[in-house]
Amino acid sequence: MVLPLFDKLYDAPINFIIPRHEQGGAHMADGYARASGKVGVVLTTSGPGACNLTTGIANAMMDSVPIVALTGQVRTDLIGNDAFQESDITGVTRSITKHNMIVKDVKDLQQSIREAFYIAGTGRPGPVLIDIPVDIEVAKCQMKPLTEVSLPGYKPQVKGHHRQIKMAAEAINKSEKPVVYVGGGVVSSNAAEELRAFAQKANLPVTMTLLGLGTYDQTRAESLDMLGMHGTAYANYAVQECDLLIAIGARFDDRVTGKVKTFAPHAKVIHIDIDPSSISKNVAVNIPVVGDAKYILTELIKEVQHKERKEWFDKIADWKSRFPLRYDTKSPNIKPQYVIEQIWEATKDRAIIVTGVGQHQMWTSQFYKHTKPRHFITSGGLGTMGFGLPAAIGAQVALPDALVVDIDGDSSFNMTLTEISTAVQYELPIKVCIINNGYMGMVRQWQELFYNKRYSKSYLKNPDFAAVAEALGAVGITVEKKSEVKNAIAKMIAEKKPCIVDFHVEREENVWPMVATGKSLHEMDGLDIFESMA
Amino acid sequence: MKHIISTLVQNKPGVLAHVAGMFAARAFNIDSLAVGRTDDPALSRMTIVVIGDDKVVEQVRKQLEKIIDVVKVQDFAIKDVIAHDLMLMCVHAPPEKRPEILALVEMFKGKVVDIGQKFVMVELADTEEKLEAFIEACRPYGIKNLARTGTVAMAGFERTEIADNQ
Repeated sequence: MVLPLFDKLYDAPINFIIPRHEQGGAHMADGYARASGKVGVVLTTSGPGACNLTTGIANAMMDSVPIVALTGQVRTDLIGNDAFQESDITGVTRSITKHNMIVKDVKDLQQSIREAFYIAGTGRPGPVLIDIPVDIEVAKCQMKPLTEVSLPGYKPQVKGHHRQIKMAAEAINKSEKPVVYVGGGVVSSNAAEELRAFAQKANLPVTMTLLGLGTYDQTRAESLDMLGMHGTAYANYAVQECDLLIAIGARFDDRVTGKVKTFAPHAKVIHIDIDPSSISKNVAVNIPVVGDAKYILTELIKEVQHKERKEWFDKIADWKSRFPLRYDTKSPNIKPQYVIEQIWEATKDRAIIVTGVGQHQMWTSQFYKHTKPRHFITSGGLGTMGFGLPAAIGAQVALPDALVVDIDGDSSFNMTLTEISTAVQYELPIKVCIINNGYMGMVRQWQELFYNKRYSKSYLKNPDFAAVAEALGAVGITVEKKSEVKNAIAKMIAEKKPCIVDFHVEREENVWPMVATGKSLHEMDGLDIFESMA
Repeated sequence: MKHIISTLVQNKPGVLAHVAGMFAARAFNIDSLAVGRTDDPALSRMTIVVIGDDKVVEQVRKQLEKIIDVVKVQDFAIKDVIAHDLMLMCVHAPPEKRPEILALVEMFKGKVVDIGQKFVMVELADTEEKLEAFIEACRPYGIKNLARTGTVAMAGFERTEIADNQ
């Protein structure tokens, strides 16, 4: 029950967006947080409302996004009685929140809320849930003067150990073949500027994880772009051959490392991370530096020296020229990669790009050139289909004047498309580009490659998305010819209303390169396909 | 290898669930878990015995430290601590066997805490090895019931902790 809170919201100076589904609300708070760097907030009722948040909370947890979820709860004297719309939401969300709590005494409410925002937004950020029984919502208490939050069990280490930083700098200065491997931690720490200065001073090539994209300008020559399962060949080769891997705010996820045993086999590993439990979790680390990336990079910049490393950069340039990302540009059909390239051409670095999960997400990471942090918003760790549209709405709320484009898949979009109504209601001019191949594309790709082309339940009969958009009060455009792509994108950008463009793309296109499960990072499939298109 | 992890936690509802849930979610095995108050009413101590290689135990420690309500984590190697377990055992003790059993209790420095017509209840607080030995010694007589607290531990004097909340 949260009616008392909604009653207060009736005349509170808070920008409140009422979503169509609580999962959408959680993703909106998430998109808001990623775009703005501030803590996003979502409020729901108890029971079903709270349970519907779980996917969004888990998503924020996996990607270290600061959100605070407030849930109503049944009266304290009813808790445990299986009351109407009761669920033990702190129990349900215990493993998918950074912290959660139930407030059973109104005297604790103020402090709990302050602690929730503090915990969500500091250290390695994450979701915090506060469950508030309805009798606490209406109880009265005296507001206390604000004091610093101090928690005996929570003291994030911001400054790195000086000796460790010195050791890291020495290793960097000695290295002949270094690679910087950057994750979402650099976004959280707002350290993109420091990263640029560090990499350029020491002369280091930089590769990024999916969540790290945007931290290093991909139009620069030192960018190796994304690494991992669908990363570039030059990033993966560089990691496999480097003598020093400098991981910053990254966690050696299995989609990044491929087979862990043979990951970066010749490298000494430096790992800079604010979360000590990330260090040596998957890959043994030689020089750990626990602390905030921004602080540590600032210190490192002072210690590192410029080194030419001509052979190494020549080798990287050679890989780049031999194995660039390719697709069949001569095809008369609409290639999904072509649509994404055209979106890039039309928006350059001014758009906030959001995605769903699947093939379109990988092509967006590959064929859109990400140049600024917080300009690429995507569900990495949890891989939540349906994330795109509500996250785009959240980003648009954070940045009302920005051009927010959700590049989505048809299946992903289908999962949360009801939130178009929310965008229409609040006049949020988000843009959606559906890369529509009529399949759950990534599922189909795996079925093609690993299940003998048995496309089991991966086919979807989609509605006419443009008509759905129009019916919900947005603008809908359908694109079936390659010649119409550019115009449709231009029209979409000029549109003042929420606008959904449905691109009917090549149906059975695959994402390459691909490191299959269990393979080492350098054992990529698809490079021969690239070569045949050269 | 067996590790004893001693954690100070805030004395709040839900903390035990949080700690136990973390072990389950991350597939760590708990050998035993003992929870009790400390001299500070705001803090409780959880003593957790974990079996795993060093890498696993290091993760256990770090993941425990990550829980907001966990204040301090100490990891003891098994031989560097005073580690005791409290056991209550109800053993079949007909009059003709009673002297033998009482001798065993004496030998193990245990205590008879209740006597029935056919059974005696014995309390024994000692190391795990001693407790196991006592159980084996009593097994032939017939053990009716057995309850143990799980290990509680403290660093011995002039012994070192291998990782005191690094």
